[in-house]
Amino acid sequence: MPVTDKRRADPQLQAVRFLLDGEIVSLTDIDPTRTVLQYLREDLRRTGTKEGCAEGDCGACTVVLAEPDQSGQGLRLRAINSCIQFLPTLHGKQLLTVESLVAADGTLHPVQRALLDCHASQCGFCTPGFVMSLFALYKSQPDATRRDIDVALAGNLCRCTGYRPIVDAANTMYSYAAASETDGDWTHRAGGSAGDQERVICRKLVELADDSTLSLTSGDKRYFAPRDINTLAELVENHPDACILAGGTDVGLWVSKQLRELPTLIYTGDVADLQTVTTDDACLDIGAGVTINDAVPHLLEHYPEYEELFLRFASPPIRNAGTLGGNIANGSPIGDSMPALITLGTRLELRKGKTTRELPLDEFYLAYQETALQPGEFVTRIKIPLPESGREVRSYKISKRFDQDISAVCGAFSVELDGSRVRDIRIAYGGLAATPKRALECEQALLAHDWNEASVQAAMAMLDRDYAPIGDMRASDEYRRKVGKNLLYKFYLETSGTSDVASVYEYAR
Amino acid sequence: MNTRAKTGTQSSVPVQGGVGQALAHDSGHLHVSGGALYTDDIPEPRNLLHVAIGTSAHPHAKLKKVDLAPVLAAPGVVAVLGAEDIPGENNFGPVLADDPIFSPGLVQYVGQSIFAVAAHSYTEARRAARLAKIDYELLEPILDPEEAVRRQSFVLPTETISRGDSRKALRKALHHLQGKLKLGGQDQFYLEGHIAMAVPREDGDMLVYSSTQHPGEIQHKVAHALGKTSKDIVVECRRMGGAFGGKESQPALFACIAALVAQQTGCAAKVRLDRDDDMIMTGKRHDFVVGYEVGFDDEGRIQGIEFEYAARCGMSADLSGAVNDRTMFHSDNAYFLENVTIVSHRCKTHTVSNTAFRGFGGPQGMYAIEYVVDEIARYLKLDPLAVRKTNFYGTDDRNVTPYEQTIEDNILHELVAQLEASGDYAERRSDIAEFNAASRFLKRGIALTPVKFGISFTATHLNQAGALLHVYTDGTVHLNHGGTEMGQGLFTKVSQVVAEELQIDIDRIKITASDTSKVPNASATAASSGSDLNGKAAQLAARTVKDRLREFAAEHFAVSADAVEFRNNRVQAGKQTVSFTELVNLAFFARVSLSSTGFYRTPKIHYDRKTFSGRPFYYYAYGAAIAEVVVDTLTGEYRVIRVDILHDCGKSLNPAIDLGQVEGGFVQGMGWLTGEELWWNDKGELKTHAPSTYKIPVCSDLPVDFRVQLLESAANREETIHRSKAVGEPPLMLALCVFHALKDAVAAAADYRASPHLDAPATPEAVLRAVDELRARGTAQPERQTG
Repeated sequence: MPVTDKRRADPQLQAVRFLLDGEIVSLTDIDPTRTVLQYLREDLRRTGTKEGCAEGDCGACTVVLAEPDQSGQGLRLRAINSCIQFLPTLHGKQLLTVESLVAADGTLHPVQRALLDCHASQCGFCTPGFVMSLFALYKSQPDATRRDIDVALAGNLCRCTGYRPIVDAANTMYSYAAASETDGDWTHRAGGSAGDQERVICRKLVELADDSTLSLTSGDKRYFAPRDINTLAELVENHPDACILAGGTDVGLWVSKQLRELPTLIYTGDVADLQTVTTDDACLDIGAGVTINDAVPHLLEHYPEYEELFLRFASPPIRNAGTLGGNIANGSPIGDSMPALITLGTRLELRKGKTTRELPLDEFYLAYQETALQPGEFVTRIKIPLPESGREVRSYKISKRFDQDISAVCGAFSVELDGSRVRDIRIAYGGLAATPKRALECEQALLAHDWNEASVQAAMAMLDRDYAPIGDMRASDEYRRKVGKNLLYKFYLETSGTSDVASVYEYAR
Repeated sequence: MNTRAKTGTQSSVPVQGGVGQALAHDSGHLHVSGGALYTDDIPEPRNLLHVAIGTSAHPHAKLKKVDLAPVLAAPGVVAVLGAEDIPGENNFGPVLADDPIFSPGLVQYVGQSIFAVAAHSYTEARRAARLAKIDYELLEPILDPEEAVRRQSFVLPTETISRGDSRKALRKALHHLQGKLKLGGQDQFYLEGHIAMAVPREDGDMLVYSSTQHPGEIQHKVAHALGKTSKDIVVECRRMGGAFGGKESQPALFACIAALVAQQTGCAAKVRLDRDDDMIMTGKRHDFVVGYEVGFDDEGRIQGIEFEYAARCGMSADLSGAVNDRTMFHSDNAYFLENVTIVSHRCKTHTVSNTAFRGFGGPQGMYAIEYVVDEIARYLKLDPLAVRKTNFYGTDDRNVTPYEQTIEDNILHELVAQLEASGDYAERRSDIAEFNAASRFLKRGIALTPVKFGISFTATHLNQAGALLHVYTDGTVHLNHGGTEMGQGLFTKVSQVVAEELQIDIDRIKITASDTSKVPNASATAASSGSDLNGKAAQLAARTVKDRLREFAAEHFAVSADAVEFRNNRVQAGKQTVSFTELVNLAFFARVSLSSTGFYRTPKIHYDRKTFSGRPFYYYAYGAAIAEVVVDTLTGEYRVIRVDILHDCGKSLNPAIDLGQVEGGFVQGMGWLTGEELWWNDKGELKTHAPSTYKIPVCSDLPVDFRVQLLESAANREETIHRSKAVGEPPLMLALCVFHALKDAVAAAADYRASPHLDAPATPEAVLRAVDELRARGTAQPERQTG
């Protein structure tokens, strides 16, 4: 263990420090895999926040985390799933729950009043989660459209109401006058500039943070949260068996569902170097620790074609916690970002100790949940080439439900035409193999051929050589084959201007 | 649709919170602030033990050896219990004794309870439960209902309803169709999973907090398991975080286990299921395979019809008898079936025992008949709505059901006509045809489907309810009844009834937790009957106290009892007026009893289970809905574009709550028929056991254009509580229109030349399969026989 700091020499001195509402909480000797939800419900008996699934898919446990924004003057709020968020990751943040929104005199927040007045709760078990997701929307977007509301609530399940009254509440919450100015101003103000109370919170959060690695020990368990990439690299190299924790949207389930013990955790969320996004002439360069929600606007700026794909990518609380680097490094065969990134020719920057190397993304996946990462190595950056003129790209996700579902098939396509001839083509699918994978036979069948119905139909048949998908609860192997082919056809139709093909989602809006 | 004068008071100023007002849910302010206490939120007693359940890994096996030593040795573990540790009856089955609390040696589904482990923490208990070493002797499982029929594997005998001569009618009919339908089950997916906490009391008594629709049954089952009697057990439930039928019989297992641990250890014990365990261990809506034959004339009028149902009941009977009876009773939906035979197999499979779910078998029967009517229309190239109307029950003739109940309250003709006009059905139908002719890949579809749903428990004796009401000397009221609150707003509605009856503001009435020590022997809150039964019982309890007060006031103020009127928190006695509180005080000092019970039983109903005939239903609830969808024929993905609903709640006790039931029921029904797919592998393991794999509707699935109306001026013909109608279940089946709109859109993919074969749930995969199958079939007509 590197010893560069007095406090690191004695982990017992270190504490997880965060704000709960406005008060500083300092915790020592905590199990690093204790979830925020367990802490709230079991330790504090603060039971407004509910457990519905313990896997980040129902939203009953939604809470909001606040951090200083870029200016350092205001707060940036994110709704997250507390059931899979580990407690130490709160370090330096403010935690807000459904109880936080009620003023000391019992006055309800506009979000809560709107839900009440719209008859938006029946059994009420999901309601605290909806309150918090809507609160995050209320604070971040003063004029939400139905689509914004749908997006904001994609991670919250309600089994009773059918959602109509909740949508009504989301539409009317802005019209409620803010509650008392003196109490909880930071929760009650919609949009706009930072209030006094918010600046106070910001100041407290800035004071909580320091530049040293947070290092915790609890029994046999260790937790490290380094602040810079060199320390991270050193830690990962020295603890090759450690679990690297980024957003925790998968690792959280190892604990909540598989009841796994994770003796050593290295958290990347506080590593400043992994949080940056830069663009040069050729490349969009995204730090591996950038959350999906923060990465997507940059990606869509260059590739608006992927808007629907990323609308369908998990849910806001998951996108708020999960990172692009985590989605890639996790190596799931059904991660939704990879097919598109593979077809764009994305390269990964990997780091091991002091050594850095680059690897094309499509060489990163070796076998089912097996990647090219060596022990002690981790992903640092995702380098996505900028659009080339004349190149058409698309990625389509197919799942049972439009929002927050896992792909049955996710297809991505990138073609560059030379007149009517295919000069270059890249095709990749998720859900058809044990890894996200290029369709090389299919690509070969199209390369240097005319981009027309006959060659596309012939290439569709070649997908059966590229993939032998399995059937499971998400889709049969037949459907995966069939729809995989049809997605290529759809791409052809959309890029050849020969048809009225459209997204049902866009059509129905 | 007759209108009636408002019953009760003639006061011009209504009390705050009387009937007919769109009050917020009584717990709404607690829901939004996090202050509503669910079972897991109740402050925990000292030394509480957390319990996890060890379950079967195989669908059908004998337990050769169960080694629990590693479980007991695990960190934090205090006790381990199996079948041999049960002092009383090892059963929690509601009807038959075929649901062991802990398997005594045979397991019959993956997830069946074998043992329980109690530990100091939830995680320790769960970890320990996974350490058992169990040797199984594997037996051959039956994993689907068709196989069960072949093997004559049933949990209950096959039943038949028959009227007229369906064979003869089929032979004589001009047109003839037959086919086989499959429709999937559905997980209740209440957001709060199963939970119970048992707290030992003195002398071996037990207090059980249970998330249950049926506290009385929990009381009985816990008493039996502990070797105690009902008087020793109290069960309490303030609210459930959703139930939908899933907490009618199923909670007994978890309450019994919590109580057994508490009894053995002397510590309070809590069983709280993780979501995956909840979905794997507990029953769902029955999936069905339905064979049908139908004969009809040129207009599509059904002349003879036969249904053969095979329902997956799972490993035990549970409530499957009544569920399947209701399927048979709803095989007519809105249609007169003159010559009909309905055969119902209650299949035993080595899967979880299926149970109640909103609609309770009714949706499956209605699915079948609606499918057949749609097939007839597509065969005859008629608008399905026209064929539906042709077959509607008449009002004065053609109005007797296959179970010999005369329908006296049919309002479907007017209701459907009103919806057809307000929903622009005809205009949209032609727009859609035009669009589809021009659109190569996107196809739109539309459908209007009706709902007629019978209200009452089909087991007549269950149609009873009790209430308990105290008036305190400060003029406030403690209200209790046998119903349970699962979010449906029952407590709010019943309080409104009491506010109306006593003519006091609703904020004077305290709604209290369901409690077996206050109201005994209550039926489950189920069959949509909650406010019908408990509203009446509470009204009668309030009326008893009110009558005593009236009598006292007449005497005290020396007027006739007729001259005493309760009106808006005041009581007028001749020329004198006092506040309600003042009268209560005067009555108290005059030693008048201010507490009463109320008891109600539904009139008119009778029914012979042997012949399947009589009047099982007090009345029917009606509704209809139109859905319009768009389908991508390249992927099978689709969206619902617009929905119009017109639903009959009678004279609504609370229009806001009733609207919530209509909308919520519709969306839940839509989930059943579209995205919610239960998927078992060939080892009998349910692989869709969490929201990551089991997809209920989310916000964006709600159509942007969603137009829902409650039928106005629709007082119940029967003398129900303030002429309202039950609303819990019927709206679920409005969603059949979404399925048929999808089928219509799929038919458009082959220019309506033939009828597609679409099974439910209509996932994108099922839709694409139907499109491809239809196109592959070309222009071939369905099998046709002429009689």
